[in-house]
Amino acid sequence: MVTDAKLTAREACEQAVEAAPERDTSLTTISGASVEPVYVPDEPTERYERDSGYPGQYPFTRGIHANMYRGRLWTMRQFAGFGTPEETNARFHFLLEKGQTGLSTAFDLPTLMGLDSDHPNSLGEVGRLGVAVDTVADFERLYAGINLGDVSVSMTINAPAAIILAFYLATAHRQGVAWSKLRGTLQNDILKEYHAQNEFVYPPRESVRLVIDTIEFCTREVPQFNPVSISGYHIREAGSTAAEELAFTLVDGFHYVEETLKRGLAVDDFVPRLSFFFNAHSDFFEEIAKYRAARRIWARHLRERYGAREPRSGALRFHAQTSGVSLQAQQPEVNVVRVAYQALAAVLGGCQSLHTNSRDETLSLPTEEAVTIALRTQQVLAFETGVVNSVDPLGGSYQVEAMTDRMEAEAEEIFAEIARGGGVIRSIEGGYFRRRIAESAFRFQSEVDAGRKLLVGVNAFVEPEELKIPTLEIDYEIERKQKANLARVKSQRDAAAVAAALDRVRRTAASEENIMPALVHAAESHVSLGEMVAAMAEVFGRYQPGV
Amino acid sequence: MPPTRPIRVVLAKVGLDGHDRGIQVVARALRDAGMEVIYTGLWQTPDAVVRAVEDEDADVVGVSLLSGAHTTLVPVLIDGLRAKGLGRVQVIVGGIIPAGDVPALLALGVAKVFTPGAGLTEIAQFIRGAVERSRGAGGPSPTPARAP
Repeated sequence: MVTDAKLTAREACEQAVEAAPERDTSLTTISGASVEPVYVPDEPTERYERDSGYPGQYPFTRGIHANMYRGRLWTMRQFAGFGTPEETNARFHFLLEKGQTGLSTAFDLPTLMGLDSDHPNSLGEVGRLGVAVDTVADFERLYAGINLGDVSVSMTINAPAAIILAFYLATAHRQGVAWSKLRGTLQNDILKEYHAQNEFVYPPRESVRLVIDTIEFCTREVPQFNPVSISGYHIREAGSTAAEELAFTLVDGFHYVEETLKRGLAVDDFVPRLSFFFNAHSDFFEEIAKYRAARRIWARHLRERYGAREPRSGALRFHAQTSGVSLQAQQPEVNVVRVAYQALAAVLGGCQSLHTNSRDETLSLPTEEAVTIALRTQQVLAFETGVVNSVDPLGGSYQVEAMTDRMEAEAEEIFAEIARGGGVIRSIEGGYFRRRIAESAFRFQSEVDAGRKLLVGVNAFVEPEELKIPTLEIDYEIERKQKANLARVKSQRDAAAVAAALDRVRRTAASEENIMPALVHAAESHVSLGEMVAAMAEVFGRYQPGV
Repeated sequence: MPPTRPIRVVLAKVGLDGHDRGIQVVARALRDAGMEVIYTGLWQTPDAVVRAVEDEDADVVGVSLLSGAHTTLVPVLIDGLRAKGLGRVQVIVGGIIPAGDVPALLALGVAKVFTPGAGLTEIAQFIRGAVERSRGAGGPSPTPARAP
């Protein structure tokens, strides 16, 4: 019996590899030797079959595709956005002309915090770290000349994500593109904002309700769109350990699953559209173990706790970004080396898309030259190193397997601790996540200060004379231009329609109805993002975390 | 040497960025170094920071910005402190501050800019030295004052 099952899983893997198309490129070593798509033990043990298995099969420890990068490389998705919608639109056209097939949109801080460009607290921040968006007119300018049915659009936005989705849907409608054709990703992961990144507006329960509204709405109306990218990146950047990043991210994912199930959706109908976003930090094997453990845990919980039956439901897809916080201001050229090793870990860990940071991001927003080196780092990995020729090449390494097991066990301990604390929301309110992250951050910094952890150029191999590299200068005219745009929209729109649309947003927020139709209607009535956020705040209240 | 009151430090995140890892680590390190630290939290306006400095009778104010808004907000903060007669309070800036912006901040009256990689001990020592110099120069007086 056991032997038959072994043969079946292994044969299924072999057949899948056989059937999967391969890229039209040489898949041999630099010396011309052939490389197997997957290496497996001669005599797979029961434990191997249970815990590692075969790529493309439950529990997906070794990857979510049978032949992984032999079939298709990861998406090299560099995050961009600055200034006015016109400036970012010009950059998008430039990237599309260079053959990029997906766009990744960075919004400025006022937009991320749900404020219009003319709000007093937006002073000095408009268009600085991303593009400024106030109304649907800005959205139309942002994607002018880009058919939203042809291009996948990733949007990094959280607290006002439902409103940004409404702008996007209204823009698609205006372009004549059916919502069923839209592909793309909304970050829309509010839980990690309370743990780490601090871009929230409403209290946790009300914020999660908005996330679930978007999942429910997209499952029904925008079926090819990824409504949430459940993110550990920011948790790690805030100072957590790798195991905390893993556990906090997955526990957030479980919370979204549970809340969506309460709406009466079937798990296999929405879970395949949930995706993840992890950090790629400097400790090479620990990172690889983290990605492998993430896939195994997600698959197991989805099947065992939530009853997922479709094979793809438990397959954890993830985007990775190299660690911003690991970059150093001293000897900044050395950051290129850090990014390369981190990117290698993400690729050996089986990421689906990757952003590599630029060497100068600890000094300012990146220059074009620095962004180009970062992209070239991924291209060298993909086309020169040969690491793409086999799936999960570190699978079976005693060290990596043991570290993967330990990572899973540590995550399970953290899940149990959170459950004892009353679940995710109660743990947020009690400060559990923030306390743990601050503790880990302090422990690491103390080790650096004491010289027990060495950072090249910081507390070891220090250079007396620092290398100077060019940094990006930002134009201060943006804020004035964007405020003028908003004033024009506000003076030209139908004030009665705006008032009625805002009233509908308030009433829907106070009801149990899905908020999305009211937000799309408000977007089409030229209501601004800040106005919609404020209207919902009248119902939901605003959240201030304990310090 | 006369006993002096502990150094009081107001720390604040100014502007909209929520990156508070650095400031929280610094807050804890300064407390461990024996200072009284008041962390005012996220999203502070320059006016709110000036009020906190006044209310807390602080020797030092440290603001952290990783968004690039320092060029707009730090001058407003310094003007606000001077308008309230708090010009002697040492202003420290931390975060992602391009090297090219540092001379202008120092010229405005910022005592020191700490960028990524600055050590906790280095920050605490700088603050101690700056406050001692300032008190020696007739800044916020050591209390209780005693005859030698």
